[in-house]
Amino acid sequence: MAATETMTLNMGPQHPSTHGVLRLVLELDGEVIVKVTPHIGFLHRGVEKLSEHRTYHQILPLTDRLDYLAPMSNNLGYILAVEKLMDVEVPERAETIRIIMAELTRLESHLVWLACHALDIGAMTVFIYAFRERETVMEIYELISGARMTSNFFRVGGLSQDVPDEFVKKVGDFIDAMPGYLDQYEGLLTTNPIWLKRTVGNGIISAEDAIDIGLTGPALRGSGVDWDLRRDNSYSGYDKYQFKVPTGENCDTFDRYKVRLIEMREACKIVRQGLDRLKPGPVLADCPQVCYPPKENVYNSIEGLIHHFKIASEGFAAPEGEVYQGVEAPKGELGFYIVSDGGNKPERLRIRPPSFVNLQAIEQMSVGTMIADLVAVIGTLDIVLGEIDR
Amino acid sequence: MAENNRAVVKLKEKFSASIIDVVEFRGEVTVTVAKDAIMEILSFLKLSLQYNLLTDLTAVDYLGKKEERFMMVYLLYSIPNKDRLRIKTPVSEAECTIPTATTVWKTANWLEREVFDLFGIAFSGHPDLRRILMTDDWVGHPLRKDYPLQGPDREPYKGRLS
Repeated sequence: MAATETMTLNMGPQHPSTHGVLRLVLELDGEVIVKVTPHIGFLHRGVEKLSEHRTYHQILPLTDRLDYLAPMSNNLGYILAVEKLMDVEVPERAETIRIIMAELTRLESHLVWLACHALDIGAMTVFIYAFRERETVMEIYELISGARMTSNFFRVGGLSQDVPDEFVKKVGDFIDAMPGYLDQYEGLLTTNPIWLKRTVGNGIISAEDAIDIGLTGPALRGSGVDWDLRRDNSYSGYDKYQFKVPTGENCDTFDRYKVRLIEMREACKIVRQGLDRLKPGPVLADCPQVCYPPKENVYNSIEGLIHHFKIASEGFAAPEGEVYQGVEAPKGELGFYIVSDGGNKPERLRIRPPSFVNLQAIEQMSVGTMIADLVAVIGTLDIVLGEIDR
Repeated sequence: MAENNRAVVKLKEKFSASIIDVVEFRGEVTVTVAKDAIMEILSFLKLSLQYNLLTDLTAVDYLGKKEERFMMVYLLYSIPNKDRLRIKTPVSEAECTIPTATTVWKTANWLEREVFDLFGIAFSGHPDLRRILMTDDWVGHPLRKDYPLQGPDREPYKGRLS
């Protein structure tokens, strides 16, 4: 038999199924993958370095641009870390709206995942439907913050402003309709023989290996690890909500698909509970050292204007110390680690991006499979390069 | 209280000579240990105290603020016990190298590459120590405090002039 030699193939950074600017150098034996070497950093903007030169309020807009498919989850993680550092109590209404928005963001992010994942594997119909529903979430974003993606809506101590009156109805209508849409997607995929052929047994990673490589979020739960930060290390009042944490059994792409779909249904339930809990009240903590003053005061009194000027230009000095806050972002554990030296800017802000750590598993999950299965693995890891490269 | 933390109690029993400092701030426990004992302590924490998930690994540059310039930070999480622990160890600029944690958690691979890339701390025994975010031919380590924000070949930012 003649000796065979492997072939090196470059995939990306401009490639429709690498979800952004991910470059993979593949070593192939025919169509079978022998080695995968990811190259990242094409979208590196130095967010951590920039943060060291900005006040705590000024860093918030940078966090929108990490995982740009789930901006409010990033905002939430960051402000919770700063609030922990400053020891600020957040009013209940603000907390409830934050949870509603964080769960809508989970829906949005999972919809984009489902759409692109299905499109990569060849199911085009789902792509169109899922983006239609995502559009509604974008409209809700626009309604409350004025922006579709770069929301910058939360503030240290609460929210930038209260939500408009039509918010409750718009969110409620969407949440009521969503389970029906999810049934539609499942009708198109869950028992579809082509979908099953492409996902069952693809990208298997055992629970032990998954923990060792640091997978978090739905990717870890798909391997059967029953762990969710919202339930196990509750933050922002999640302990007052009832929801199930789904887990998979077979550690493959199909189980991760099931886990994410159940998560979407649970997210709808959490939003519904949030809407039921929503009571009138303040949306910003009464903590003038840290928070911006209400806009009426800024426009109508000299004290308010001075206060606004002080917070906007100087910010606030944080106590010396270090905090870490992890949140269950749609893609896994998103963490913010702040080291403060007592000044108005962080000495160091470290972002622990879920996609970065999850992407490490790509080699383990794809070596020995066909090149087309690698595309399914990229989809199931649900990466976004904005937060990998930061 | 930090003294009652399950990990702190065990660490004080077993490694009392290597513990430099134990701090609790906002309910989070940070243990600073000596660099030469770091590998033993990390493996002990994983094997005996079930800190099976390395959440994060990073560094902090204390240029001009502390005697030892860098501080390595390991954020550990225990999935069975649902608790966190932060281990820190100082690394001096003169001897800017530390043993790799990839032998304990595979997660450390890329995280250490990032610290190597952005801080210039080398990890001895690392299987694949290359730059990860910056290009291979990049000069300097951007997250060091003496690396200018605007980049090495541009005028420093002086704030808005208008």
